[in-house]
Amino acid sequence: MIRARDLSKRFGGKRVLERVELDVARGDFVLVTGPNGSGKTTLLRLCAGLAAPTRGTLEVEVGRARVGFLGHEPLVYRELTALENLELYGRLYRIEERRERIGMLLERFGLWEARRERAGSFSRGMLQRLALCRTLLHEPELLLLDEPFNALDAEGAALLDRELHELRGGATLLVATHDPERLVPLASGRLAFA
Amino acid sequence: MTRYLADTAALARKDLLLELRGRETLPAMVLFVVSMLVAFRFALTDDGSDAARGLLWVAIVFTALLGLGRAFVAEREQGLLDGLVLAPCDRSAIWLAKLLATLAFLVLVELIALPAFALFFSGGVDVGTVLAVGLADVGICAVGTLLAAMAVAGRARELLLPLLFLPLALPIVVGGVGATVAEDAGRYLGFLGLYDLIFAILAWATFEYVVTE
Repeated sequence: MIRARDLSKRFGGKRVLERVELDVARGDFVLVTGPNGSGKTTLLRLCAGLAAPTRGTLEVEVGRARVGFLGHEPLVYRELTALENLELYGRLYRIEERRERIGMLLERFGLWEARRERAGSFSRGMLQRLALCRTLLHEPELLLLDEPFNALDAEGAALLDRELHELRGGATLLVATHDPERLVPLASGRLAFA
Repeated sequence: MTRYLADTAALARKDLLLELRGRETLPAMVLFVVSMLVAFRFALTDDGSDAARGLLWVAIVFTALLGLGRAFVAEREQGLLDGLVLAPCDRSAIWLAKLLATLAFLVLVELIALPAFALFFSGGVDVGTVLAVGLADVGICAVGTLLAAMAVAGRARELLLPLLFLPLALPIVVGGVGATVAEDAGRYLGFLGLYDLIFAILAWATFEYVVTE
């Protein structure tokens, strides 16, 4: 699914990733861990196609229509409601039976009641749940999750745990976290250190 | 093609909805252009002069600049450009949608500004001027949207946009003023049309490289 060779990334003079070698097979659950500033986010952004490597090669088997990316920002418009945000992404990803899919995700992540509220009025945890709905909306084959448990309360974290368990084996997952304990049992025997 | 237009429509609708909810750009543009026209009215002794028509174009370009400066504010402040770039739509649809939304704001502002100009200055607004303004709007928004996306990635973005935009808007001002004051406006309208065509194609083709690293 992902093949990185001699992958390096610099921002100006700052070396963020240096000669990374990574092979991720279809269906793998890979945990990318390391302290803050170790390049986890950059690695995920490179895999998502949001940044270009300074050196080396990175091959991702699937196109961006099949990639789900959850970064530090929820990537939702604060002036739009939860429903409008997901409708927008649903249209851009050309999801068939969009309404049903959106409704199901909002229900699953406990946002159905708040669906007509503007995202700007959401708490950080609700925004993270909405971001997860956005990320999973198009049923991506490759999921790139950067610190997905951030801001989630116990209930939200449990929902995400369940979701990751369900996705395991189907989708390919690359999850970056500085606190890997929760996810180690899920990783397919491999940890990547950025 | 249908998909491309559907993506553009969805994105443009989103931009119009954001403005409808936030009401941040349009009122500022209206206030700015009316203030400029009032100031010009009191500054000029001959209210039917070519200078007044020239200043109309200054007002239009700077008002457009105000709108363009806010075109990518939501995307910049919330990092949303990543979300749009990740979506499987053609990236130029993002540019086209922003262009259409900014164009809609500019046209709405001009629906107030042109009658105000006709009220303040005795020369009035003729068909040539209206056509020139329409053509200029397309060029301003085509180039401006591309440059606004470039500026959004920079650190001195408030400074960068005018620095990039104003030199490229000079031909529009020349064509617009020419169409407004010359006996034969056709030549200048043709020039504005050509400008629109060339720069719209260039902006459409290069937008993808601006929003991706």
